Amino acid sequence: MDPQTIIARRIAREFRTGMLVNLGIGIPTQVANHLPDGIHVFFQSENGLIGTGSVPDDGMAHPTLTDAAGRPVTALPGASTFDSAMSFGLIRGGHVDITVLGGLQVDQAGHLANWMIPKKMVPGMGGAMDLVSGAKRVIVAMQHTAKGASKIVKKCTLPLTSVRPVDMVVTELAVIAFPDGRATLRETGPGISVAQVTAATEAKLALADDIREMAL
Amino acid sequence: MQTASLEKCVAMIPDGASLMIGGFMGVGTPERILDEIVRQGKRDLTVIANDTATPGKGIGKLIAAKLLRRAVVSHIGLNPETQRQMMAGELDVELVPQGTLVERIRAGGTGLGGILTQTGIGTPVEDGKQRIDVNGTSYLLEVALRADFALVQAFLADYLGNLSYALTARNFNPVMAMAADTVVVSADNIVPVGVISPDHVVTPAPLVDYLVANA
Repeated sequence: MDPQTIIARRIAREFRTGMLVNLGIGIPTQVANHLPDGIHVFFQSENGLIGTGSVPDDGMAHPTLTDAAGRPVTALPGASTFDSAMSFGLIRGGHVDITVLGGLQVDQAGHLANWMIPKKMVPGMGGAMDLVSGAKRVIVAMQHTAKGASKIVKKCTLPLTSVRPVDMVVTELAVIAFPDGRATLRETGPGISVAQVTAATEAKLALADDIREMAL
Repeated sequence: MQTASLEKCVAMIPDGASLMIGGFMGVGTPERILDEIVRQGKRDLTVIANDTATPGKGIGKLIAAKLLRRAVVSHIGLNPETQRQMMAGELDVELVPQGTLVERIRAGGTGLGGILTQTGIGTPVEDGKQRIDVNGTSYLLEVALRADFALVQAFLADYLGNLSYALTARNFNPVMAMAADTVVVSADNIVPVGVISPDHVVTPAPLVDYLVANA
């Protein structure tokens, strides 16, 4: 299984029927393709839609039905649309049960940096800062390393997205949670040992008592 | 509310004006009005909007024609030309978290001086802003935004100026329709009064100053 599929499948197992979920761009978007059987959640697109469905069939796209990247989507039965003030009221107000976002760095206190690389990439934060500050649970979906360097670091060197710590990071190697503000290894990836995870991680990881392999 | 030609509606906009422009990645953006702004060659504009869309679409057309002096937006990542102009110092860009941006506009339209939000605390967004503690929680004071003009795209506009919107083309439009001195609306469909039932009017007619006539 490729790294992105491992990450997406593992995160999808956090969902429970009836939850309101917001997925970011990139690996997070793929989580929607791996919902366990019988689990039905509401996906929010922050441009003003609850009940976001899959990509429409050829020739069925509508110019006024798009996701937060401006791509055509469908709306599932029971969908609703609203303006951006309502959409971000839902996000900041704690009505979103889970948000899944990509990351550039997460540090051992759970701080996320995912919106800019000074002087190199300044795309703007879009809705990321509101999502991390306001959603009930924040899950980061990212590969464990970039160009060989750990993305789970002692302290973020890139500008933070929020000072509110994330709840969980899922990579192809590990599930890491942040109880009491400490990065704690909870699960390892398929066929991956604890030693392999710690060797690939710059941050100091506490080890949970009952580390197990990810169920996918 | 007056109905006016596209040319006349855009001729009212002076060089240097501030414009709120509805839309999210070009969806729900009044393309006709923006095309006419490019044609009339307005200069030194300040644009307040969610994003600058993609090259050739929505606000991306104004960027390509270099008509902007300043942009107050949440995202420019899908328009490389906006990033190039910003890095080159040709365009002043204020990046604002999306929820904060829409709420600052809402405040501007509803008689509030600003809003308090936890979004942005401890990040570069906090620079130069005041922190206010309420019941033991820290918030940033984010001040209200208003503009000279709001350029709004509706799905239905009736002869009086009542508006309704389509699906995700609603986004910033109804919020901006309250926060500008002059509100100019382009609609997919201009319909008789009564077609939009009172429960389905999102922007009430008295908020609209000009409805762009069909070509």
